[in-house]
Amino acid sequence: MQSMDIKLTINTKKYEMTVDVRKSLMDLLRELGYTSVKHGCGVGECGACTVLVDDIAIDSCLYLATWANNTEIRTTEGECRDGKLSPVQDAYVEEGAVQCGFCTPGLIMTTTSFLEKNKGKELTREEIKRGHAGNLCRCTGYQTIINAVETASKNG
Amino acid sequence: MFPIEKYHYAESVKDAVQALAADGQSKIIAGGTDVLVRLHGGNADYGSLIDINGLGELKEIRMDREGSICIGSLATFTEIMEHELIRKHVPVIAESLATIGGPQVRNCGTMGGNICNGAVSADSACAALIHEFDLVIESPAGERVESINGFHTGPGRTILQKGDLLKYFCIRPDNYKGFSAVYHKYAMRGAMDIATIGSGAAVKMNGDIVETLKLAFTVAAPTPIRCRNAEKAMENKTITEESLQTMANALEEDVMPRTSWRASKEFRLHLIRTLAKKVIRQAVENQGGSC
Repeated sequence: MQSMDIKLTINTKKYEMTVDVRKSLMDLLRELGYTSVKHGCGVGECGACTVLVDDIAIDSCLYLATWANNTEIRTTEGECRDGKLSPVQDAYVEEGAVQCGFCTPGLIMTTTSFLEKNKGKELTREEIKRGHAGNLCRCTGYQTIINAVETASKNG
Repeated sequence: MFPIEKYHYAESVKDAVQALAADGQSKIIAGGTDVLVRLHGGNADYGSLIDINGLGELKEIRMDREGSICIGSLATFTEIMEHELIRKHVPVIAESLATIGGPQVRNCGTMGGNICNGAVSADSACAALIHEFDLVIESPAGERVESINGFHTGPGRTILQKGDLLKYFCIRPDNYKGFSAVYHKYAMRGAMDIATIGSGAAVKMNGDIVETLKLAFTVAAPTPIRCRNAEKAMENKTITEESLQTMANALEEDVMPRTSWRASKEFRLHLIRTLAKKVIRQAVENQGGSC
């Protein structure tokens, strides 16, 4: 099968590699050890595989790895700097927005891009819900997650 | 791994069109939010792909010299929704696209794909019909323009032929200037859902009189549809309970809803009548008319 040479940056680390055109970005990231990227539904419904491509949130299960050529990818691993959690990660801990944890890395990335996009804006709970509609959580009932987004918005 | 058998990364529009014409089985992949879902499910119809993601020119959103608004087929839902030209001149497009999936899907999916895959429930289809989009298509024979009216021919089917590539949508000034338009999606969930019924109306008022009405539905027939009988019934009328009821009666000649696991035919008909009145009233109110 065909492959393509790509260059990309993952959490500030540069990579050059040859990838099979049939591979999803999710599979590529997990093979490289970025296992915060979860394989959930595989069809863009649950958001567990959410990563940022040039700061835009996408479902990496519905994204060919070759499309990541010349982009900068961010995953939850990279949000933690010098052993310190990001304001978003911190807010999820503070608000108890993590139960089983499977959906958390994807939600962290959705919240991160959502807050970067809405910087300085007063956000309603309804706007937060709409901004996170592409991520499913089967444990929390979402209230603590919405609380975490509110907290991160104030602390960020 | 996706079960892709053949893959061609198009280097230019010409290259894409030639590759499409050369392989009758080939399909275009743009945002991937439909095609990759189908491949994930093992659908062999999508084994041969022409990838158009390298064609940056198809991402452009602009106004041309005649005042037509042009939207590239590869522009994502988010890019279109957030574009100043769209919010200012054709806000119903932004409203419609905001109802699609969730943020991640809207960051990848394209309006080109939403229209060209022929989905009966396409959330951009009502806006396309009431603003009478022109579709600028490239094929090995050259460029041609098709209207959105008659573009859809059945569930998942359109007039597109082997070798056709949609380059951009074009909305002429007489199809958006002076209109106010509304879209309402009825679905079982507030997000990440397919429309049970989608309804769009564009009106141009002369005082309290409806000069022009354009009314469109999705999931109300085997294709997205314009409702000419209902439109005619409303022309040169003021908005009253009675005129709206006459319109709703005429509307039954336009639609052909069916029973599916999502909803019964009867419920869909009820939604169609109710939503038609709702979107027309809202569009009239948005234009400052009374109703």
